[in-house]
Amino acid sequence: MSLAAPNRPAKRRRRLQMPVSVMIGLAVVVLMLAIALLAPWIAPTDPTNVASFDLMSAELPPAFMPDGDPAHWLGTDNQGRDLFSAILYGMRVSIAIGGGAVLVAASIGVVLGLLAGYFGGWVDIVIMRVGDVILSLPTILLALLVSGIARAIFPEAGTAQWAPVILIGAIAIHEWVQYARTVRAATMVEASKDYVRAARVIGLPSLHIMVRHILPNVMSPVMVIATINLAAAVLTEATLSFLGVGMPPTYPSLGTLIRIGNEFVFSGIWWIAVFPAVTLVILVLAVNVVGDWLRDRFNPKLKGR
Amino acid sequence: MKPAALSITDLTVDYPLADGSVVTAVSGVNLTVAPGEIHALVGESGAGKTTIGNALMGLLQAPGRVAKGRIEIGGKPVDIRTGRTDGIVQGKDVGAIFQDPMTSLNPLFTVESQLGETMRHHLGLSRAEARRRSLELLRAVGIPEPERRLKSYPHQLSGGQRQRVVIAAALCCGPKLIIADEPTTALDVSVQAQILKLIRGLADERGVGILLVTHNMGVVAEVADRVTIMLKGQVVESGPVAEVLGAPQHAYAKALIGAVPRVDVKLPRLPVPAQESPGTAAAREQVRARMGGGEEAKAGVLSVDNLVVEYGARGGFFGGSRVFRAVKGVSFTVEPGEIFGLVGESGCGKTTVANTIAGLAKPTSGSVTLGGLPIGAKRGGVARKALQMVFQDPYSALNPRLRVTTAIAEPIAFYHLAATKAEAVEDAALLLESVGLDREAGARFPHAFSGGQRQRIAIARALAPRPRFLVCDEPTSSLDVSVQAQILNLLKDLRDLAGLSILFISHDLAVVRQMCDRIAVMKSGEIVEQAPTEELFAAPSHPYTRELLSLVPSLDKIAREPVAV
Amino acid sequence: MIASIGSRLGQAVLVMLAVTAIAFVMFRYVGDPVAMMSREDASPAEKAELRASLGLDRPAIVQYGDFLGRTLKGDLGISFRNQRPVVDLLAERLPATLELVIVATLLSLSVGIPIGVYCALKPDGALTRAIQTISLVGISMPTFVTGIGLILIFAVTLRWLPSFGRGDVVQIGGWSTGFLTRSGWASLILPSITLALYQLTLIMRLVRAEMIDVLSSDYIRFAKARGLPSRYINFRLALRNALMPVVTVTGLQIGSLIAFAIVTETVFQWPGMGLLFIQAVSFADVPVMAAYLLFVGFLFVVINMIVDLTYTLIDPRLRTRRA
Repeated sequence: MSLAAPNRPAKRRRRLQMPVSVMIGLAVVVLMLAIALLAPWIAPTDPTNVASFDLMSAELPPAFMPDGDPAHWLGTDNQGRDLFSAILYGMRVSIAIGGGAVLVAASIGVVLGLLAGYFGGWVDIVIMRVGDVILSLPTILLALLVSGIARAIFPEAGTAQWAPVILIGAIAIHEWVQYARTVRAATMVEASKDYVRAARVIGLPSLHIMVRHILPNVMSPVMVIATINLAAAVLTEATLSFLGVGMPPTYPSLGTLIRIGNEFVFSGIWWIAVFPAVTLVILVLAVNVVGDWLRDRFNPKLKGR
Repeated sequence: MKPAALSITDLTVDYPLADGSVVTAVSGVNLTVAPGEIHALVGESGAGKTTIGNALMGLLQAPGRVAKGRIEIGGKPVDIRTGRTDGIVQGKDVGAIFQDPMTSLNPLFTVESQLGETMRHHLGLSRAEARRRSLELLRAVGIPEPERRLKSYPHQLSGGQRQRVVIAAALCCGPKLIIADEPTTALDVSVQAQILKLIRGLADERGVGILLVTHNMGVVAEVADRVTIMLKGQVVESGPVAEVLGAPQHAYAKALIGAVPRVDVKLPRLPVPAQESPGTAAAREQVRARMGGGEEAKAGVLSVDNLVVEYGARGGFFGGSRVFRAVKGVSFTVEPGEIFGLVGESGCGKTTVANTIAGLAKPTSGSVTLGGLPIGAKRGGVARKALQMVFQDPYSALNPRLRVTTAIAEPIAFYHLAATKAEAVEDAALLLESVGLDREAGARFPHAFSGGQRQRIAIARALAPRPRFLVCDEPTSSLDVSVQAQILNLLKDLRDLAGLSILFISHDLAVVRQMCDRIAVMKSGEIVEQAPTEELFAAPSHPYTRELLSLVPSLDKIAREPVAV
Repeated sequence: MIASIGSRLGQAVLVMLAVTAIAFVMFRYVGDPVAMMSREDASPAEKAELRASLGLDRPAIVQYGDFLGRTLKGDLGISFRNQRPVVDLLAERLPATLELVIVATLLSLSVGIPIGVYCALKPDGALTRAIQTISLVGISMPTFVTGIGLILIFAVTLRWLPSFGRGDVVQIGGWSTGFLTRSGWASLILPSITLALYQLTLIMRLVRAEMIDVLSSDYIRFAKARGLPSRYINFRLALRNALMPVVTVTGLQIGSLIAFAIVTETVFQWPGMGLLFIQAVSFADVPVMAAYLLFVGFLFVVINMIVDLTYTLIDPRLRTRRA
């Protein structure tokens, strides 16, 4: 009725028109996931197996350069590890940790957000205040603290076995708040809608209303945030590993490889840092392209963080 | 003779779509507004009336375009070759009044700045001159303490005052034409009456032509000189208000006007064609049989006794707590099979009463009982099942992710009213038929339905637990008038069918008169008068009731054809 | 108004209490201070004595109270690593980090706002699309990769700019500034661009989103219907509404920018607090970690309060509520 009402004809017909860029992004994401999954079968050598290292062929340039060895087409690192294999395995580690952090953070955040939004009162106050305090510390700082503390208490924390767990915890401890806030706000909106009020008048139990009525209606922003956060989590993991508190060099993620390579940048041995960095950026960019499109598509109001 | 304020000939507005097809929002419309005349443009949603207003105000949204036609403003032809109304100087040639005064003023700028900027731009006035003129305008639109208000920000003004500022801004450069798009829809009746009076005065005293876009026939009858009725982008009837509203010629116009609830006389049913599916009658019989059985069948008396509801507004550490009393000791009873109306303006507490009875809000004190059983926040299964609710907004009343059958069958299963899942689904299908929808409708999601159909589904869901009592909170106020009439008829049918008691909450006195057996009038959390409907309308005893009745814009001033029912 | 300031203060105190509690727990329980501070061959008796002299044998809550008191007095303990008061270490490093963060913030605002506005006003333009694409690459680029890339190009290959350190600094009182020397500025360029790029995309996207939102609001439509020129509507009216949330976000971002400086400082060996912190993390130098945490928490709270105050000054809805 009002002038502000969107013109209906203009809104129609915008089904699944995926721009080419998003299709490419999606293809890249799928491809990289597949490679990560199949790394042990694709990679020429096992970069986690010290026996495969050959110090004699350390710091070999990529195959296309004058001194390159065709056996190592992206070259080798300072320990003679095949860089191509290391990148494939590193991608696997990065994606696993990023995805793990997103899963943990989203599960915690959705449950707490639903509870806070639906019940309000002190449940809401406690959850949101804890979230406020956590958010008042930047992700990277909190993650550094968590892994720093973990290392100080628990000497095993830096090993290939435990580092992923610590990393997932260190990232998720900050990221859950965002899900909780979004879900809480969406839950409050949905809970005030008449279909939820109708369910309450009918007498359905709270748990049933939350799970069956509200949850499906608040999940689309969660999916969008999860996609965008996957990119952010991969970046955080890479940053932590780059700073030396992430994955150990014996089981490197992309960030660890860049850290190793960074020491050699000045001596002209650029490939150890550059190839993992390019891989990382392509991975994150592809996820971001898809996430961005999802955000605009499902929820134009959901703004960037 | 002075040239017409607005003259539109054969206007067509198209929306070319991405897939190459074209939606024609307005087609071949002719319209004239004389100086000093209020010309009402009415129609239901999608009629194209707002599109015409937008085109004239230069707010037509891409890809919408004026495809053909001729527009003249104050005798001056408007260039439409670009698909837009080029050449109209918005603000100077055409003033605009929007629906919601809460959002049409920029919250960060003062009244003076928002009035003055237009004049300084269009008339090249100095700051001081603009201030003097702004002051004059505020006086002209009847704002108290205009000097102080000049320095106010929008949030410091009431809704009515804001709308007056909006009107002043529309007037400030002396336009020949004002487009008023639903200017009073967001306002209470009493404020609405003042704003309508103001608009009438502007037309009379300043000779401005006003194009009044509205869906409210009462408003049209109250202030307009001429009226044009639109349907699906086309004009179906146009002429002087008394003629068109009093003796409509076109079938749609007749139906539309007939569907407007009357304040002057109560009709047994609203005169609109019933919308029924083939199985409706049979389904209703079965639904009645099911609802009639069982020990809960004896509909109890709903008794609300000295109900008080407070909302605690808790401040911060130093804020202290401020308590708002939404309902201040309300008592009434609703007899079995009765439709009891609760009317009042927004904020009077009527919705809080409804929420409390339905268990959505907690009473501070007082009691609510149904057939002797306590209901409200702490109610047992029997009472809970016996009382259901129908809400105002049919778009949010249904879960968009549940199929209709699932939504209706959910309470049936929850209360074990069906032995098997198949039986529950069959029950849901019967309910759908009984509210006038096809049983196949159940397989679809809510978005496939119109507002009126959704409200039918919501009613079917409310009936699913086989209640004895329905609370209806403004069940038709967001619906078009013809759909409203159908839903009102449906509710009456259901009452007659199953002996339901209904608590009917509304701000619309005409609707209440058509629906209710008894009425309570609420003001500021209290019931000021309570009486049988006919008595209340014939001889209102409380001054507030009398005031409300006098303010309702209605068609009563126009002799209407007696409607055969 | 008073109530809202009150609740804000309350929240600030809560945050500070939480942060000090974490810092205390770190101090007290992470790593054994006695083991850290005594000689390798100290006897159990000596250790017990040290424990008692440090007050570590008293109840935790008393120790926490003590810790709070010392913190308020500015005593944040002694670094395990180089045995100097932590406060001195932080104070030495503070100017480097603040100068870096301030320059980066100014840089990102002065570039981000105009670009964001442009993208909102010309949503379908070719340039807008190009900017959007680049910005997506921007947020996908981790800060350290940007830094390494810039070093590779401008320091290693082109040899135009220095790749580490602050260059020559000038001492003014206790403050060492790089703003007064040529080499100071030259050293600042790459790190500040690195740090600014991350925030730039955020600011740009926020301004764009807010601006688009405001432009479709009723009051802007009403302004259009009054025939005001679009330049006036866009820049005088809409921009002001759109910049309100930018104030908040910029304020909040300064906090995370300081944290992000950890990465930038590591890449460029910039002698700021971030570098200090990351060195502390790898040496498990708990007092430094805890103090840095306290400092960032405190800074964040202060910035939050300033943002809130600014908000009440620029938003009439809050300003006039005092009356």
